[in-house]
Amino acid sequence: MRPLDPRLVRAARAVRTHLAVTVACGVAVTGLVLAQAWLLARVIAGTHAGEGLTELSGAITAVAVVALVRAALAYGAEAAALHSAARAKSQLRRRLIAHVTGVRVTGSPESAPGERGPGPVWLSGRTDPDDEGAGTPRAGELATLATRGLDALDDYFARYLPQLVLAVLVPLAVLFVVARADWISALVIALTVPLIPVFMALVGWHTQARTRRQWRLLNRLGGHFLDVVEGLPTLAVFRRAKAQAAIIRRITDEHRHATMGTLRVAFLSAFVLELLSTLAVALVAVEIGLRLMYGMLDYETALLVLVLAPEAYLPLREVGARFHASMEGVAAAEQVFAVLDEKPPGRAGPLSEAALRTGARALVRPCRDGCAAPRIRFDAVSLTYPGRTALALSEVSLVIRPGRGLLLTGPSGSGKSSLLALLLRFAEPTGGTILVERPSGEGGAPLEHVPVERWRELIAWVPQHPYLFDDTVLDNIRLGRPDASVSEVRRAAELAEAHDFVSALPQGYGTRLGERGARLSAGQRQRVALARAFLRDSPIVLLDEPTAHLDPDNAAAVRTAVARLLEGRTGVVVAHDTGWSDLVDETVRIESGRIGAMT
Amino acid sequence: MSDPHPVVHPNRGLRRMIALARPRGARFALGVLLGALATGSGVALLSVAAWLLATAATHPPITALSVAVVATRALGVSRGVTRYLERLVTHDAAFRTLADVRVRVYERLAHSEPVRRFRSGDLVSRLVNDTDATQDLLVRGLTPPLVSVVTGGAVVALGTALLVPGGLLLAAGLLLAGLAVPLFAAALGRAPGRRQAAARGELSTTLVDTLYGAPDLVAYGAMERAVQRVERADAELTRVAERDAVLLGFGAGASALVAGGTVWGTLLLGVAAVEGGTLGAIPMAVLVLTALAAFEIVAPLPAVAARLGAVRAAGTRLFDVLDTEPVVRGGGSERTVPEGDLPLRVRGLRVRYGPDEPWALDGVDLDLGPGRRIAVLGPSGSGKSTLAAVLFRFRDPDAGTVELGGVDITAYPVDEVRGAVSGVPQDPHIFASTLRENLRLARPGADDAELWAALERARLAEDVRETMPEGLDTEVGAHGARLSGGMRRRLALARALLAAPRILVLDEPTTHLDPDARDAVLADLLAASEGCATLLITHDLAGLERMDEIYVIVDGRVLQHGPHTDLLSRDGWYRRAHGLPDLPGQGLRAVR
Repeated sequence: MRPLDPRLVRAARAVRTHLAVTVACGVAVTGLVLAQAWLLARVIAGTHAGEGLTELSGAITAVAVVALVRAALAYGAEAAALHSAARAKSQLRRRLIAHVTGVRVTGSPESAPGERGPGPVWLSGRTDPDDEGAGTPRAGELATLATRGLDALDDYFARYLPQLVLAVLVPLAVLFVVARADWISALVIALTVPLIPVFMALVGWHTQARTRRQWRLLNRLGGHFLDVVEGLPTLAVFRRAKAQAAIIRRITDEHRHATMGTLRVAFLSAFVLELLSTLAVALVAVEIGLRLMYGMLDYETALLVLVLAPEAYLPLREVGARFHASMEGVAAAEQVFAVLDEKPPGRAGPLSEAALRTGARALVRPCRDGCAAPRIRFDAVSLTYPGRTALALSEVSLVIRPGRGLLLTGPSGSGKSSLLALLLRFAEPTGGTILVERPSGEGGAPLEHVPVERWRELIAWVPQHPYLFDDTVLDNIRLGRPDASVSEVRRAAELAEAHDFVSALPQGYGTRLGERGARLSAGQRQRVALARAFLRDSPIVLLDEPTAHLDPDNAAAVRTAVARLLEGRTGVVVAHDTGWSDLVDETVRIESGRIGAMT
Repeated sequence: MSDPHPVVHPNRGLRRMIALARPRGARFALGVLLGALATGSGVALLSVAAWLLATAATHPPITALSVAVVATRALGVSRGVTRYLERLVTHDAAFRTLADVRVRVYERLAHSEPVRRFRSGDLVSRLVNDTDATQDLLVRGLTPPLVSVVTGGAVVALGTALLVPGGLLLAAGLLLAGLAVPLFAAALGRAPGRRQAAARGELSTTLVDTLYGAPDLVAYGAMERAVQRVERADAELTRVAERDAVLLGFGAGASALVAGGTVWGTLLLGVAAVEGGTLGAIPMAVLVLTALAAFEIVAPLPAVAARLGAVRAAGTRLFDVLDTEPVVRGGGSERTVPEGDLPLRVRGLRVRYGPDEPWALDGVDLDLGPGRRIAVLGPSGSGKSTLAAVLFRFRDPDAGTVELGGVDITAYPVDEVRGAVSGVPQDPHIFASTLRENLRLARPGADDAELWAALERARLAEDVRETMPEGLDTEVGAHGARLSGGMRRRLALARALLAAPRILVLDEPTTHLDPDARDAVLADLLAASEGCATLLITHDLAGLERMDEIYVIVDGRVLQHGPHTDLLSRDGWYRRAHGLPDLPGQGLRAVR
């Protein structure tokens, strides 16, 4: 980990401003440190020589001025640093969001116009047939990174960077001044200051190696208490709960032994820092004291050297003390860069004009007013997810006819959901083509030539675990048509068998559903998702295990609504069992990514 | 949702945390002493050096300086050494305290068994983190202020000895910089902290919604709007943070002002005193340079306020849990569960989790005779797991009776019941240890042959033999992460079989498994429990035809009970759950 990541400077404009301000403040503070030392030496030496308040009043007043300016600078630098930290965090956050959602965000240099950025789907769990469909698997991690993770940058900007600047400027300035006053002292300082980072790096490296060797042991011992507490109910069932107290003490003691062994080495780094810096000051003090006694140095110069000597080490110690806290922020920033560096799979670059034209021709106009849906033909389509070798789908050929219902069945992991992912364009085929044709069969075009947004407008999707937002019922149903009227929403809810329970909520359609729709049961959430689909009123509907895990009453309601939704639309229903076959026109079985028998 | 509990006063949280650490007071005092020596060495170095220079300036004989020269060199070494020792001693004391605290906390938990809290993994890990916060309390919360008090006192004493007003000024400066400024800065930061937390919470919610809901948003073309919402939340947070920066710079500025002002004040007082003849030029130099070095003493204190605040919050949360009274009565008597047949008879059982909560079980009657196997079926939230909690003695009945061998279960000691009634609790925990240790929980004295037999019955033995060369010594990882979902369930089942309870209770033993694995585990489980009185709690329909009787529980009541074929041939929940149409003549609409 580098103390100053060049990517961080490049990524956020606010960082560049901050660096400029910080360096300016650092120069000013260095000047003030020198001035204060010189003034103190002047006044103390003056007193020694018998000068009084009148003779020294100028210097004493100057000390007060220096103190005031230093305080003002300290305040201003901190406030400015927190200010730039807020901006820098916002800039990083926006780049991150733009990258993972594929939506251009104001103030982000990412993504050219035209073809979208990577889009959210490359990190979507829904495209993964093994997953139960928990949405974006890294969503929690990314959200934490974008908020609390980046907050650690406050310390980095406000405390670490300024000290880093001072750690370069102050020792050099001190060395310069001391060298003119007393070259032996300057030599002591010049020799010890560079030793500090060298020794600290050596100790740090050694500690890391040692910790790595002990990592598994430390990890196991450190996690033991959590493990036992988590398992308390299980222990209680087997009457073993009370017997664990002694084991906890033993393991915690073992952990102490192991950790103290590591700490004895780790603390050496601070030890070296403290020892070298203090010892150097002591050596300088003795040396100038003796030279002063022999008259080889005047008192004022000696005092100046004494006051300045510790200042050469102070910023270094501060940097050392801030290092770990600040590196958390840098680590968070590095995680952001790592995400930004991830390239999405699939087609690169925008489509050609001609391709877009054939794609557009294949589509009949968006279909609110009763036009027909296209015919979709899978021609030996294969799919392999990035980072995997196994085929999720293998040379699948089938036709989805307009206005007809198709049931896809098969064991879990057989590729049913992958087929939906392809239809939703969450994934692109890695082999074969999906063709979109007019019902008459003419004007066929590969699906990838159809602009993604226009294609998705034709589709209503009811996932196995629909995601409801912490928003009103109204807005949750209006997801695909934000301009829909209340009566339209109500009509959709009625069709989805959702109106009754929505009306029973305290504020009806205006009720907020809480995090992930926590207010509703699984069956009710499913019906809200169905209402979304009714409101979208698109010619193609995709349903993924609509009643899995629902109790019979909810399942019956959902089934009624699904039957209604399939009426007159192209429908693809994915289900584990064949209980849906009476609602569709044909059934296709998929096993291990291949099409089985058609009925 | 939580159990009723007394509210702990926030300050008491901190005091009680400190009380937990008291047994290690001596080591800890040694740490403070070493810390004071380290910090004191730093300040004393400059004081002595000032004396050395000021005296040398009078060109005395070398002997006059020899003590100061030796002292200066010694101080140059002692600061680093004592600091190093201080850190080792305080960390060691903190770790020892941690062992004490963990044991105390654990014993308390094992006594009160607030099992409902364990349903949330987050709550449990926070509880553990709160316990571990005692470490922070000692090393970063209490040691620095105590060290500051000791060294600050010494420095003020020195200053006062040299020049009384100078010493007082130094005391005032140190108190301001070490106490007033940090406290005021903390108070000043509270409102911005709240404002930013609120803005951050909003940002986090919109962000989580956008990322988790990404597939739904994209499919419905709503991603752009969602991102705009995130953007607005980000703009608000940034605006608040930028505005608050103006307040948050206060601490840094004020500290610098106090330090600079104090040095200036001592300089002024010193010069005046020398001029007035009440102070020599040598002590004046010592006074001023001591004041210059003294602010190092209070430098760590601003961070302490935040640290103590966090520890206090941790303590409050921790004692909130620890003060929970045991939810289960009983255990007073010496009554033992009778030998022979052990019928379970439940009548009018009612349980709820608080006086204002709805009944989780509302008048349940149920019988389980020897060797019979029954299933309790119901949708999630129907209260069926509460029944398991009562049988495992995690909960007392609020009304009604649960009789084991003709005697109410609350009349037996808790562990006596658990010796007879055991099995697979909800979300059984797999410990980060070996297969052997995980199994032997259920029967500590079991030999390898018995363990293998249990694995055999749970149909796990073959998998272990084929895929785990280390056999029973295989480490299963945290939460059994190195096992598949099905293997974890089988391990829990093997453990339950090894305990050989007279009534086997299985609470959702196949949940979170995909349908194929679920069917396989269930089939093996039913085979293994043949002939053993078994109560299976489940929300899905697989395998129910093999049970002697099925109880359907919805909203805390038994809706239907009877054998599978009976229930299937009657109209009602069970028949509908199987997707069968209602019987003719009942007038209910069938779908298509």
